[in-house]
Amino acid sequence: MNSYHLDHLQYLETEAIHVMREVAAEFERPALLFSGGKDSICMLRLAEKAFRPSDIPMPFLNIETGHEFPELLEFRDRRAKELGSKLIVRTVDDAIARGLATASTSEISRNRLQIPVLLGAIEEFRFDCCIGGARRDEEKARAKERFFSFRDGFGQWDPKNQRPEIWNLYNARLSPGENMRVFPLSNWTEMDVWEYIRREKLEVPNIYFSHERECFRRGGQWLPIPPPHSDNGQPDPYAGARPKPNEKRAKLIVRVRTIADMISTGMIESRADSVDDIVAEIAAARVTERGTRADDKSSEAAMEDRKKAGYF
Amino acid sequence: MPVPAHHPVDILRFNTCGSVDDGKSTLIGRLLYDSKNLMEDQIEALERSADITGGGQINLANLTDGLRAEREQGITIDVAYRYFATPKRKFIVADTPGHVQYTRNMVTGASTANLSIVLVDARQGVIEQSRRHTCIASLLRIPHLVIAVNKMDLVDWSEERFIEIRDQFEEFLPRLDMKDVKFLPMSALNGDNVVDPSPKTPWYTGPTLLGHLESVHIGSDWNLSGFRLPVQWVNRPNNPTDPRLHDFRGFSGQIAGGIVKVGQKVMVLPSGLVSRVKEIWTYNGPLQEAFCPRSITLVLEDDIDVSRGDMIIGPDNLPGASTELHAKVCWMHPRPLQRGRKYFLKHTTQTVQAVVTEIEDRINVSTFEPEPDAPELALNDIGEIRLKASKPLIFDGYATNRLTGSFILIEQGTNATVAAGMLFPPTEAVKPEYTDFSI
Repeated sequence: MNSYHLDHLQYLETEAIHVMREVAAEFERPALLFSGGKDSICMLRLAEKAFRPSDIPMPFLNIETGHEFPELLEFRDRRAKELGSKLIVRTVDDAIARGLATASTSEISRNRLQIPVLLGAIEEFRFDCCIGGARRDEEKARAKERFFSFRDGFGQWDPKNQRPEIWNLYNARLSPGENMRVFPLSNWTEMDVWEYIRREKLEVPNIYFSHERECFRRGGQWLPIPPPHSDNGQPDPYAGARPKPNEKRAKLIVRVRTIADMISTGMIESRADSVDDIVAEIAAARVTERGTRADDKSSEAAMEDRKKAGYF
Repeated sequence: MPVPAHHPVDILRFNTCGSVDDGKSTLIGRLLYDSKNLMEDQIEALERSADITGGGQINLANLTDGLRAEREQGITIDVAYRYFATPKRKFIVADTPGHVQYTRNMVTGASTANLSIVLVDARQGVIEQSRRHTCIASLLRIPHLVIAVNKMDLVDWSEERFIEIRDQFEEFLPRLDMKDVKFLPMSALNGDNVVDPSPKTPWYTGPTLLGHLESVHIGSDWNLSGFRLPVQWVNRPNNPTDPRLHDFRGFSGQIAGGIVKVGQKVMVLPSGLVSRVKEIWTYNGPLQEAFCPRSITLVLEDDIDVSRGDMIIGPDNLPGASTELHAKVCWMHPRPLQRGRKYFLKHTTQTVQAVVTEIEDRINVSTFEPEPDAPELALNDIGEIRLKASKPLIFDGYATNRLTGSFILIEQGTNATVAAGMLFPPTEAVKPEYTDFSI
């Protein structure tokens, strides 16, 4: 390799910065989806690299299911403050209260319920573009999605009718009511994300590192035991996500590999307590990242169906 | 698993193309499977679907065919991107469909590729699709081409058949100006010569497909002569707390060609204003020099007018500047291209309006001969056109620079991306008004 050559992380970085700057230049009211998870942590650093010394020219947006790990929320709020960025939070609970979303009794995960909340936030703030941290290596339907993913007036993705994306020329044109989802990390893998976190010395929430936690066994996974229900007259938000008497409970040394919310994130048994350990663990992993996500196991086309309806 | 964890490696982007059932998805599945890049839950999912639909046979194509309609119909609808790594390299794979109606997706997948794999069924030899795909690969100036003669097991690993197919290609390859072409006999289904060398081809002494992908030289695939920075975003901090930033005015963008150094002269086009580079600003600190394709922010010595869509260039290998454009286009939309129609044209970081003044010819992809007097270009047609733009473009020939020589056309009203365009070299270079610009 000569000196005028980029290694893989530098290549992915310059590509993502280019995408972010296109968003800042082409859209009137973009937002950056920031959950506090590892992918969106990389996105924040890329946004700093794209826009500093100016402010990051877009607010952060997070759609809460109401089942988040508290560590994640604390981290999210702190990072937004440190970067001097505005953080907008909209919640599934609030949407249910206002009649925008209806909880189904048979479905425990609130992934599907995030869709109307996200679409509601897009309408409320008239966002024309949301930058998300989705990666194509995560899932088969995502593998087909463009960097600039067009959504119609209903927020829907039409996989059979995507705009061709050629060279680095992104077509960002919209008609009123339509919007765009943009994924700067499209070409990143789970390993790239961790290698980037290591190279950039990025802070991540401590639930990514091994810790002791009470878990219970369901569907072949160790799920975290939700926080106790404070008997406040409201229904238990974690109903259905609590261990049943016949389900095995154990105190384990675990960490999360990917974070959804508390009821769809499988914990993995791990002693990895540094980024170096995590990189080594992923290098040796024998299951994919999403193999620990209950929300993707419901069917082969679970993600495809959610995306068509307007999911991230 | 042999994943590079501690040393930097580079990325090779490649795409696979071939006709329906040439085994593209199977090949990618095989590459992932044999290079140990598949995970247990992926293999489990494959086995589950094999029990239901495949009569027990694992179908490696199911790995890449992600959409429900694809699994049902057993075809690949859209470009699927796959990622895998070996200790030597990381790979981004675009699995592009072979159907005629989805050729536009092949252009999408191939436009960013360092290398294209054209799959040929050994029983069928060269068919129209093989010619079309090779033609598109050459048109897009993909630096490296691999002709994978697949399903060799079905022709008894016959060397004669392999040579026959190679000869079929070599009849038309000289017309296509491809510099690096490699022929490879294989069976993707059984894994011969994909990752592991096959005992069935003692007459073949070349590398396996993965061996070739790991070693092909891609260091010179970016253009490093003639500095080009299309200005993407003007970086002006609002009310900075740091007093040193009060007058900060940076020009952010991804270098589209060449190298830039602190202190060197630059010119802003189309204005022609000249300045020097005061600082190459990055988040990680200032750089002394930067090269294509890094994303940077340039601070100039003089306070001159620069905005998005302008191009900052260096003093050598000057680009062209013109509203009259001559280009090859691949048409990607069911509504055909017609003379006299107006489109948005996006080139580097600027979008202008452009009217099609002439359709010069349509290329017959079976013979590679231009057919003059084409009344229109239909979906998947490739042809030569002339355009008149509402503002001058600062551009290079596509053969010199893929980033400053390419554009897309966008239909007004629907905002559909309707064409990929590759510019011919400018008839004359831009003439600097200031003679002191040249060194």
